[in-house]
Amino acid sequence: MTERPGRFGEHGGQYIPETLMNAVIELEKAYHKWKEDPGFVQELDALFRDYAGRPSLLTFAGKMTRELGGAKIYLKREDLNHTGSHKINNVLGQALLAKKMGKTRLIAETGAGQHGVATATAAALLDMQCVVFMGQEDMERQALNVYRMRLLGAEVVPVKTGTGTLKDAVSEAMREWTSRIDDTHYCLGSVMGPHPFPTIVRDFQAVIGREIRAQLLEKEGRLPDAVMACVGGGSNAIGSFYEFIQDQEVRLIGCEAAGRGIDTFETAATINTGRMGIFHGMKSYFCQDEYGQIAPVYSISAGLDYPGIGPEHAYLHDIGRAEYVPVTDEEAVEAFEYLAKTEGIICAIESAHAVAKARELAPTMRPDQIIVITISGRGDKDCAAIARYRGEDIHE
Amino acid sequence: MSRIREAFQNGKAFIPFLTCGDPDLETTERAVRLAEKNGADLVELGIPFSDPTAEGPVIQEASLRALKSGTTTDKIFAMVRSLRKDVKIPFVFMTYANVVYSYGADRFFSLCRETEVDGLILPDLPYEEKGEFEAIAEQYDVDLISMIAPTSEDRIARIANEAKGFIYLVSSLGVTGERTKITTDIGSIVRVIRENTDIPCAVGFGISTPEAAAEMAALSDGAIVGSAIVKLFAKYKENAPEKAGELIRQMKNACVGGA
Repeated sequence: MTERPGRFGEHGGQYIPETLMNAVIELEKAYHKWKEDPGFVQELDALFRDYAGRPSLLTFAGKMTRELGGAKIYLKREDLNHTGSHKINNVLGQALLAKKMGKTRLIAETGAGQHGVATATAAALLDMQCVVFMGQEDMERQALNVYRMRLLGAEVVPVKTGTGTLKDAVSEAMREWTSRIDDTHYCLGSVMGPHPFPTIVRDFQAVIGREIRAQLLEKEGRLPDAVMACVGGGSNAIGSFYEFIQDQEVRLIGCEAAGRGIDTFETAATINTGRMGIFHGMKSYFCQDEYGQIAPVYSISAGLDYPGIGPEHAYLHDIGRAEYVPVTDEEAVEAFEYLAKTEGIICAIESAHAVAKARELAPTMRPDQIIVITISGRGDKDCAAIARYRGEDIHE
Repeated sequence: MSRIREAFQNGKAFIPFLTCGDPDLETTERAVRLAEKNGADLVELGIPFSDPTAEGPVIQEASLRALKSGTTTDKIFAMVRSLRKDVKIPFVFMTYANVVYSYGADRFFSLCRETEVDGLILPDLPYEEKGEFEAIAEQYDVDLISMIAPTSEDRIARIANEAKGFIYLVSSLGVTGERTKITTDIGSIVRVIRENTDIPCAVGFGISTPEAAAEMAALSDGAIVGSAIVKLFAKYKENAPEKAGELIRQMKNACVGGA
């Protein structure tokens, strides 16, 4: 898929300060060594199985299928993983790798808090120190996850610079890594940043798509017609898509957070409103102004509230292999409520973006066709915010 | 001899950094003139970026103030054009890759040549990625400055070999900002650099006092000071250029004295 390691077409690369170059080179070497090591693979498989609860279920959404009256809908249940989202897949992989590299301390950025909680969890399990950077604004939006991280023994550092959201947390984690490299691994949470992160994170998340294939072959004896997932940086989406990239008949649909709409400035739909740029270590698409200043993006979902997208998604968009569609706050909130009432599943507001698009798509397809929606996480963390969106104030 | 090379001919060089447009471009313009008058050998002009990942809080905040006051790349080129009527010392822009990429590298470097900007520092453009910008920079005779860090180790020789203008030696781990002590063995890094190139090498990051500047300049060909100067603009705003000029004079004297 790539022209040279770390590039996805024009996208990707390593746009980082010289101070970090040897750290990412060391990481790449270690990754290549350990990913083929039978002991490492076995250890990670055991953690996936006996700690994270993999394989996650592939649930047939029978009521939703009947109501929408088109394609058969299956839900890939990453919400059932330990810590409540797909983030644990990547974190267990990276934490184990860091440990093999002799690192004793993990740092991470977090938006909604799911990646922060997962990193704090892995650090507790593997007996490592953990510091999580989180935007001030997000700490207020996701107070419960802040408490969970602290309970797990992590230090949560509020980031007050910029917009106080995910992009600022990433910047601050990068700054911290620049100042302390020897004992510290930066456990990046999405398929973004400098090479080798987009590749490492994709490989650890690719378990989602491999399981979808095996589970669907067992249940239906065939591949899906469409795989849908929400996209911020894009880790659950690439994890769902990667296995199917060579299967041209499988449509891959990434659902971006349009916020208040792609015709407004309050949006985070990078492919639909951004243009090529260089930021956070990578060349990709970014929401930015005419002078290349990164735009203050917006989405109701803290996890999708990021002005960029992973370089491999940018490439899949360029070559037309995957489609990236915008979904507004309103559509996502409706889908959040719909899935709860219809299937009894309270999904993350991030995942609800994919559910929303599937509600549109399914009725246009035939009953013998199949859609798989990746439910990237559970929605307990979002209940207070959704209630607020609907004009109701609840206390957790 | 290139103008950057000339800047290193008056004893050890002193290089101040200014964030363009903090608090406004008129003040920056005045500060550059006073910097020259007070002995600066070269001025680093920061084009503000919204998310400067290599900067500490002082320059981050200055960048945001500058953007808030309406500073743009176009307005900065206009300021430089006006400065070039009388200011002779070399200018080097410091900004982030996206500012240049988004402006269009060809357009950016051609304006650099037109307004006599001698070099460009992009802290998020390491050796591996410099190719696409360097080809265009060379076409317009602009030096793309390379950085070397305490962690560069086996990379020093390769970077030094291909370096242009001067080498920006990062004094310590972490981001820009004042430090009480620099513990890196600068001398041994400079030795490796000198084995591989004869272009000058200046040390930056964390230098906050004339004494520290003198110490770093003694180990290399010059000292670069950012945050300690930028801090004066946060405090004194429109009245900062005089204060900055005074600090620059002290720093330059210390560098030369310590040579």
